[in-house]
Amino acid sequence: MKGPAPGVEELRELLRQGRRTPSELVAEVLRRARAWEPHLGAFQELVTSPPEPQGASDGLLWGIPYALKANIAQRGHRLDCESRLLAGHVAPYDATVQSRLEGAGAVCVGRTRMDEFAMGSSGEWATSGSTANPWDPDRVPGGSSSGSAAAVGAGVLPFALGSDTGGSIRQPAAFCGCVGLKPTWGRVSRYGLVAFASSLDQIGPLTRTVRDAALVSSTLMGFDPRDATTLRDSPEKEGEDLDALLAGLERGLEGTTVGVPWDLLAGRLSEEVEIEFRRVLGEMEARGARLVELRLPLARHALAVYAVVANAEASSNLARFDGLRWGRTAAGADHRESIRRARAEGFGEEVKLRILLGTFVLSAGYHEAYYQRAQRIRRAMAREADEALGHCDVLAWPTTGETAFGRGERLDDPLHMYDSDFLTVQANLTGLPAIALPTGLSREGLPFSLQLTGRRWGEWELLRVARQVELFCDFERHRASLGPGGDAS
Amino acid sequence: MNGRVDDSFTAVIGLEVHVQLQTRSKIFCACELDPHAAPNTRVCPVCLGQPGTLPVLNRQAVRLALRLALACGCEIAPLSSFARKNYFYPDLPKGYQITQYAFPLARGGALEVDTPGGTRRFPLERMHLEEDAARLVHEGKGPVRIDFNRCGTPLVEVVGAPALHTPEEAAAYLRALRRLVRWLGVSDGNMEEGSLRCDANVSVAPTLADRPGRRVELKNLNSISGVRAALHHEIARQTEVLRRGGRVEFETRSFDAAAGVTRPMRSKEEASDYRYFPEPDLPVVELSPSELEDIGALLPELPLDLHRRLVRQWGISAEEAEVLVEERALAEYFQAVVAEGIDPPLAAHWVVGEVLHLRKERGGSMESFPVEPRRIAGLLRMLERREISTAAAKKVLVHMAATADEASSLVRRMGLQLLDDEGELEHLVDAVLLENEGLVEKYRKGKGGLAGYFVGQVMQASGGRADPQRVEAMVRRRLDEGGRQ
Ligand SMILES: [Zn+2]
Repeated sequence: MKGPAPGVEELRELLRQGRRTPSELVAEVLRRARAWEPHLGAFQELVTSPPEPQGASDGLLWGIPYALKANIAQRGHRLDCESRLLAGHVAPYDATVQSRLEGAGAVCVGRTRMDEFAMGSSGEWATSGSTANPWDPDRVPGGSSSGSAAAVGAGVLPFALGSDTGGSIRQPAAFCGCVGLKPTWGRVSRYGLVAFASSLDQIGPLTRTVRDAALVSSTLMGFDPRDATTLRDSPEKEGEDLDALLAGLERGLEGTTVGVPWDLLAGRLSEEVEIEFRRVLGEMEARGARLVELRLPLARHALAVYAVVANAEASSNLARFDGLRWGRTAAGADHRESIRRARAEGFGEEVKLRILLGTFVLSAGYHEAYYQRAQRIRRAMAREADEALGHCDVLAWPTTGETAFGRGERLDDPLHMYDSDFLTVQANLTGLPAIALPTGLSREGLPFSLQLTGRRWGEWELLRVARQVELFCDFERHRASLGPGGDAS
Repeated sequence: MNGRVDDSFTAVIGLEVHVQLQTRSKIFCACELDPHAAPNTRVCPVCLGQPGTLPVLNRQAVRLALRLALACGCEIAPLSSFARKNYFYPDLPKGYQITQYAFPLARGGALEVDTPGGTRRFPLERMHLEEDAARLVHEGKGPVRIDFNRCGTPLVEVVGAPALHTPEEAAAYLRALRRLVRWLGVSDGNMEEGSLRCDANVSVAPTLADRPGRRVELKNLNSISGVRAALHHEIARQTEVLRRGGRVEFETRSFDAAAGVTRPMRSKEEASDYRYFPEPDLPVVELSPSELEDIGALLPELPLDLHRRLVRQWGISAEEAEVLVEERALAEYFQAVVAEGIDPPLAAHWVVGEVLHLRKERGGSMESFPVEPRRIAGLLRMLERREISTAAAKKVLVHMAATADEASSLVRRMGLQLLDDEGELEHLVDAVLLENEGLVEKYRKGKGGLAGYFVGQVMQASGGRADPQRVEAMVRRRLDEGGRQ
């Protein structure tokens, strides 16, 4: 059992041929997890007796093991979002994505660590312990979907789910060398995802390959009567079944227009990241893609707008954690005192900071100057991006301005920490789909990542371009050398 | 009263009424609405605010609110949206209430109210949808318990303009609103059970002042008499403060129905900042013109319009019309009787009188009243044709309620056909006069009022089968004849 676990597609083939059974696959995952966990710390919970896959063996993901981020509800399992305030809370229902995966036959083997309430970019704000980067244990895995990215990047698991509010799937995918897709807002049901900032949150897959991301996404995407913001009708053309869509991913880059906003990137990329980005663009061009330079002047303000909108919504979404009904309770003289104590003792420092900021920007007297102004800029940003995508098929830039940073490096420097989301928040504010995929390794052996942003509801076209980049990057060859503890084994 | 509390002060009152809508399920989840269910048995992860759950709008709540808005002539917003009102309270599981704020479902319009001075139209500011909170159950000195069955009940808030001036106007406004929501099938309008809840804003100012007084908000007004009492007390209190040269403070006061006084709850300085912002979990509510047309087309004739028609077209007394339009099922019953060809005033008289009396005795709703319009029309037709007396008809109706029989067969079986035979009637009259010779003597000496007594005796002797007018004529003729003898 050397090297990483096979990906979703390979496992499907092994299962189909009867060369593996679902329980063997789960046992392999658990063996790998046991070897990795002392160094990685990706899981807050791993099953001991894995469930049998549901449904018929022709289910799209029948027998495939996966893990859920700790903020996605799974009936009968803890749903604590790595917060002390929710310690001991057990979900009484399944998130829609969990029902869909289970319905497709996939087997949930564990729950992954994250920054508390998905607020963080390093995986260091988790109460059950922080997670390491599989490529270098002294580096952060990124966040907030830290455990999902680390486990998939290490090859412990073929796929895991994450949630992305400002880059929380893509940034850790970039740091851990995996593929992370944030679908269009409204494409995947949020029912069962503990909300951070509802108008930005989106669930998506972390996988090893783009084709795996396509397979898992096709199970996740679709209308959900429990989430009124999901798209009712499928944007795909009628008669386009999954096989046709997957086959479509193999169409080359000829005639594909790629927009690059160099003005946005100026001064934002480390030297090695910029060199890698130019290399990948060059390869794309060599394969027939047309590169166009464009300007996204508003995207520069994305981080500021994000700080207002995300924290405003978070301050409201986290109001239900009052210690009266679930998780930590604290006795007080009256209900106000009980709430005050539960929240003071239960929330971590970063979460408190965001709640305070969010409460401030919504309060009377500041509402117009901050919240309403941010909303106006946000709408203009969406128009700007949609317009840019009228001239090109995808937008391209690096997922992060640098490779994974060191553990503990930014804990005392929140602004520097937030800065690592500079290149990812734009897709959340505009609602557009975006994918991060690994393109190569730095001199230090850390993954580089390309981010592509597609048209609204244009996931399949986005996946196609990503697939074509993946083909010439062949990142999987690097993973073969990964082993627990960071040593090639 | 024209709004003057005394010569020098005027009160201005605005009512905000929360109306619980009669949908089958809650506004944002599929839980059944049942005010009588055992506590916390009509709950699910959504209405309990479980982490990760999302609201989905119940379209039926929108339709019911629209019925009310259209009936009041409001301007309906083709696009409206929800917002979050953020505050901490144990009855609010999410830490915010989902309500309509900047973009309500409807604006403007008016509530038509019958007042002693005639019909008045009190303007409305807006109507919007929102969710109800859970119910806090206080039991003695024990801990406060929370019943989440009510949490998520759809409410429409009807915000009236500050255009009322007296507690009596406020009471009439509430009665009219309660009748309207029941009439439209929008709500059961039961104030005691909280289906209709009222807050009032009151300010008192010198009559000649060019600015309104400071507003005080009154809460916990859970009956119409309570609203009236609370307003009387509050207007008197504010007037007294002003007369002494004091200042009325912005505040929220609660009405103590038992003591009949209002007491401060919280002042505006402590008032919350609700930090409203658009609810990201719910899309904008879009209403197509055809959807609005469909709802408008299904609106019944409104109570005051029907009242006018009953009085003007059908010659029914205003008082009886008032009773008929109090309840839609009653009005429909009445119109069904008229549709059978019965003279409207006669039908009105019987429905308002005997039918309501009988229903009250039996209990139950108009829908379950056992004598169908067609059968009572058969009875009234016999009355119109003078085939039975009114007294006999009343007896027959009671039997009709207990059986499925037609009026004609009951009249025959009970032998209640009108006594038509002149000789038999004369015989009865003679017998009564003979038995009461002493009284006949008194009558002849000038006690003319005794004629009625004799008529009554004859009617009784006939078992109610005689026509009282005919008997009276006969009695008078006989007595006067005798006098000449
Ligand atoms: Zn419910």
